[in-house]
Amino acid sequence: MLAFILRRLVQAMIVMITVALIAFMLFQYVGDPVTFLLGQDVTPEESRALRAALGLDQPFVVQFWHFLANAAQGEFGFSLRQGVKVSTLIAERFPATIELALVAALLALVIGVPMGVYAALRRGSFLSQVFMTISLLGVSLPTFLIGILLILVFAVQLGWFPSFGRGEVVSIGGWTTGLLTAKGWHHITLPAVTLAIFQLTLIMRLVRAEMLEVLRTDYIKFARARGLTDRAVHFGHALKNTLVPVITITGLQLGGLIAFAIITETVFQWPGMGLLFIQAVNFADIPVMAAYLCLIALIFVVINLSVDLLYFVVDPRLRVDRAGGH
Amino acid sequence: MIAALRHWLDSDIGYSFRSSPTALVAALIALVCGIAALFAPWVAPHNPFDLVTLELANARLPPAWYAEGSKTFLLGTDDQGRDILSAVIYGARISLAVGLASVVLSVVVGVTLGLLAGYLGGWIDAFLMRLCDVMLSFPAILVALLIAGVGRAMFSNAHETLAFGVLILSITLTGWVQYARTVRGSTLVERNKEYVQAARVTGVSSLRIMRRHVLPNVLGPVLVLATIHVATAIITEATLSFLGVGAPPTSPSLGTLIRIGNDYLFSGEWWITIFPGVMLVLIALSVNLLGDWLRDALNPRLR
Repeated sequence: MLAFILRRLVQAMIVMITVALIAFMLFQYVGDPVTFLLGQDVTPEESRALRAALGLDQPFVVQFWHFLANAAQGEFGFSLRQGVKVSTLIAERFPATIELALVAALLALVIGVPMGVYAALRRGSFLSQVFMTISLLGVSLPTFLIGILLILVFAVQLGWFPSFGRGEVVSIGGWTTGLLTAKGWHHITLPAVTLAIFQLTLIMRLVRAEMLEVLRTDYIKFARARGLTDRAVHFGHALKNTLVPVITITGLQLGGLIAFAIITETVFQWPGMGLLFIQAVNFADIPVMAAYLCLIALIFVVINLSVDLLYFVVDPRLRVDRAGGH
Repeated sequence: MIAALRHWLDSDIGYSFRSSPTALVAALIALVCGIAALFAPWVAPHNPFDLVTLELANARLPPAWYAEGSKTFLLGTDDQGRDILSAVIYGARISLAVGLASVVLSVVVGVTLGLLAGYLGGWIDAFLMRLCDVMLSFPAILVALLIAGVGRAMFSNAHETLAFGVLILSITLTGWVQYARTVRGSTLVERNKEYVQAARVTGVSSLRIMRRHVLPNVLGPVLVLATIHVATAIITEATLSFLGVGAPPTSPSLGTLIRIGNDYLFSGEWWITIFPGVMLVLIALSVNLLGDWLRDALNPRLR
């Protein structure tokens, strides 16, 4: 077991170092910081002095080491476009993305699970087939088109919901939240629905498949034979057993939500990290790009690592296999 | 050509094709879109890139069935007076080209690496499979976006061809993994079969065994994957272009057109963005349905 965890840790470290190397290369090869700071017409002595002051004359490995040390402290320098510290920029945008992702995940669970249960219990009924068709459409429609369609219908034509920004936000100890104001909820509706649709179809299909699987097992037959009500069999026995994989997948998908938030945030001009990254790309704002790269890699590595460890806790078979086998 | 088609329609797969209405409709839509895109200069009513014919007086006209619409511009015009129908046809051409190129490259890279990993084993296999694990733990669209973004930042003022190169590369680098895994799996099975052992005993070189003996036997699942991948690749391309890191505005793909039209959504000019979107969904949906049908048709257990 220890060997497995160690191997995963090493793998995670390699991923992080690779991403950090890419981010570092960005700094190295996109634009010369010295020309950027001093302008075109400087004497060679001046530029050499600045080079030495910034540590740019040191060997590659030493520079990379300094970069790693700074990155580990969340220090990526200043944004080229806004002149603000990158860490401050990211800290400002972080809550917006997390709130959007969490509301979307909740929405997907609250709507997706009942839809999946219904589609499994009433297989072949008209409504189930409608659900399955909707889910096929949800998979084929790209996220940004869903967003545009929602804006067209609910913001432009009907005027029910606003189509950009976070509305009114309240600050609690540095964390800005839009979830405490009516305006904030009003603003988060369309982006959250857009982000939730893909996850919703995924969860619905998963719950349906798992339910159908569980309903075939012996203990369900036995529960029926004992004369339990349909309600008790379906919700007390069947649903409970389908929820474990559903929760695992939802947890894993949280990273996916943060990634897909880039698209949703761009469509709705939602001031989160994704929008920050896209703007940074279009203006070649390297420090912001580098910081986002490292942060998103870290989020994914942490999520994957915790899921791996969770499997260990949940599934004892895994422990025996690894210990006895290799 | 026609004889070959008739022969194919008489085969098992051809029969399953004839008797599936979904597959027929999907194939028809895909064929119409494909032909329109391939012969865009002859099919499109206008040349949207010919600056001489553009007139600002024609800008932002609604589709022909509106009172203010004009019969010459069936689906309306955009802010520069370009015909939307023509722009969509030319856009589909670029989207399809990028999508197909990425899929072909992914297949070549993925199948080659999968064959090597499965047949040779050892550290090559271990290394490639770890790499696949890592790639699969990130969503493909995110990796493609990061690569395209980094590429854009590195060559910000570069030539148009380079922009397309980065775009295709970013989709390829995320797409090869599924092929490598599948082919490795089937190669592991094939490697121990008697015909491979016989070839090895008669002194055929490893490379030749892989190419002439194993490869034809592992290509079945690759075909299904590749069909569905075409739809995914086109959607990925559209998403990247919509976010501004894909096809350049000088040769707009469907995603770029949607991005341009998005700015006019609030002034009520929905047609600039909706028609390219409809085209994108039509292509993606029909290719997806074809892929689903192919998977079922090639799977003997479902017959």
